[in-house]
Amino acid sequence: MNLSQMNPRIQKILFALLVLCMPLLLLNFGNAWVRILDMALIYVLLALGLNIVVGFAGLLDLGYVAFFALGAYLYALLASPQLLDTFPQLALYFENGLHTPWWVVMPLAALIAALMGALLGAPTLKLRGDYLAIVTLGFGEIIRVFVNNMDQPLNITNGPKGLGSIDPIVLFGHPLSKKIELFGVTWPGVVQYYYFFLLLVVIFVMLCSRLEDSRIGRAWMAIREDEIAAQAMGLGTRNLKLLAFALGASIGGVGGCLFAAFQTFISPESFGLMESVMIVAMVVLGGIGHLPGVILGAVLLASLPEALRFVAAPLQSILGERVDASILRQLLIALTMILVMLVRPQGLWPKSFQLSRQNSPKSKSAEEAQS
Amino acid sequence: MPRSARAPKRGLANESREDQKQKDVLMDVLGQQLINGLVMGSLYALVALGYTMVYGIINLINFAHGEVLMVGAITSWSVMEFFAEYTPAMPLWVAFLISMVLAALVCALINVAIEKLAYRPLRNAPKLAPLITAIGVSIFLQTLVMIIFKPTYKSYHNPLPSDPLNLGPWVITPTQITILVVTALLLVALNLLVNHTALGRAMRATSENPAMASLMGVKVDRIISWTFAIGAVLAAVAGVLWAANFGTVHHAMGFMPGLKAFTAAVLGGIGNLPGAVLGGLCLGLIESIGSGYLGALSGGVLGSQYSDIFAFGVLIVMLTLRPAGLLGERVAERA
Repeated sequence: MNLSQMNPRIQKILFALLVLCMPLLLLNFGNAWVRILDMALIYVLLALGLNIVVGFAGLLDLGYVAFFALGAYLYALLASPQLLDTFPQLALYFENGLHTPWWVVMPLAALIAALMGALLGAPTLKLRGDYLAIVTLGFGEIIRVFVNNMDQPLNITNGPKGLGSIDPIVLFGHPLSKKIELFGVTWPGVVQYYYFFLLLVVIFVMLCSRLEDSRIGRAWMAIREDEIAAQAMGLGTRNLKLLAFALGASIGGVGGCLFAAFQTFISPESFGLMESVMIVAMVVLGGIGHLPGVILGAVLLASLPEALRFVAAPLQSILGERVDASILRQLLIALTMILVMLVRPQGLWPKSFQLSRQNSPKSKSAEEAQS
Repeated sequence: MPRSARAPKRGLANESREDQKQKDVLMDVLGQQLINGLVMGSLYALVALGYTMVYGIINLINFAHGEVLMVGAITSWSVMEFFAEYTPAMPLWVAFLISMVLAALVCALINVAIEKLAYRPLRNAPKLAPLITAIGVSIFLQTLVMIIFKPTYKSYHNPLPSDPLNLGPWVITPTQITILVVTALLLVALNLLVNHTALGRAMRATSENPAMASLMGVKVDRIISWTFAIGAVLAAVAGVLWAANFGTVHHAMGFMPGLKAFTAAVLGGIGNLPGAVLGGLCLGLIESIGSGYLGALSGGVLGSQYSDIFAFGVLIVMLTLRPAGLLGERVAERA
């Protein structure tokens, strides 16, 4: 039976089942595969956040990873031995070490990231899009340089060496990184993380889709399509743009917390410009402003390096052993990015404008004439 | 920082002499950093011109421009190595000149090809699409060079004498002088090209209004190709000079100059040619003076490793106060 001819409800149920069973299927191939899935989910979260900024409000943010880094370092500092090592006098107050629970840090990270986003956005949002891009890019670099160098005179971030022994996420007294026996089956840590992340992703997807249909969401899209017209319609474009920026940033902060807890080790290397660029690429490649597309883009780009491992190996044997597989993979990622954009400039799974077409058959031809 | 770390308690007279000495040192540092800043600034200016010309004509941030600089440096390095291997008798500076010309040619071809393959098909696509292909091209070029030339740092044989010239308390190397002279010559040439030739007129017309220019008989596609070629030549020369100045080439060397030059282009007002030069020089000066004094000013808390922050911080402040850049005109979002 053809998949596309099936009842959409059955399709949805099948898809949900697939998503739920994914880690169990992949577990047969080893924990590393489930880890990739977990990372993919974190990237989905980040892409969702950036989608609010780039997709909904049409603001190009090239420094999104700064908020990710902010969240990650906040969690790492509040839930690792680092701060107590640097400030021994603090140890008097925390006899068991500093272990702030994730449900405290995560809202805090979201809040601080949102504040930083608003602070950064306030002076720059009145600028043209390209200027915003460069300012956010500069901000991303600034955060990275700070994180990289704040190991002296006071060792706060431990510099390029990174922060280690970060607490995992603890749910009801049980750290998710530990194996657990449930229903007669052993559930490894990565699988538990998968379901935890999945839950969060589902929550954020719902939030985003509600947001998209709300007054605010439609206002954002109006700004994206034509700012001057939106302004003329009485929208407070500045505050709306700030809101988009802050909301996107807060999701980035949450993603950072999850990343730090999941990896239990972070270093400035994970927060380079390339990371920001990859997140933008996920949003654009998948289909700007279209939630399923963005999720698809994030999953694809996050898992592409691993999938390409299989392509890279035979290619490598053809070229001889002199080429490293990871380098070859990078080459293939770049090629994929170029080719996908050339073939589908709107993204892999763009939003279809069915509404306007239904209303007036003329609008379609008008749209074509415009492009 | 050593300056704040030292100075235990001494006599009063001693202290004032020490102060005077410190002031002299600061002044010497200032002059030296001015020279270094001008040199770096002219390199940024050369690269920034490429960004700004492309942006002025097709409103695209050519993310791969830094990689063009890197390809230029790598090409020059390979040519120099080739000559050193097969014709050791040839004077080094001849090899250097040949390598520079070849680098410029290769880069021009590559940049034109990039535009044809990755940007032109997307000219009517959503605005972010060509940006993504640009990023893809950038990663692609970097990785390709890494595969072909190995991911190692290669030492670049500078043909120019390395003994610095003394100018009072300051020093300047022959390479730095060359950079300043070559940049000045290129700027004059570019000015002549843009303002006094048919091609330049067509370029200006296209950047003002491509549709109208094409109605007036300007072959817009060809002009865009030319723009990419000229930008690439400037970037290639900058790359070769960069390699000669710092003595190494590697596959990732294009990233920072690209980023800084883009910053410079925005600082000067993107799309504006004199603005790009001014922005480049300003950025170079700000950066070198900033990194020279940052340690002293902040009492040793912030070292010169924060110089990148300085550049970007100034950019953010600048854009807040004067959003169109130093020489940019205020343009409406969508006219």
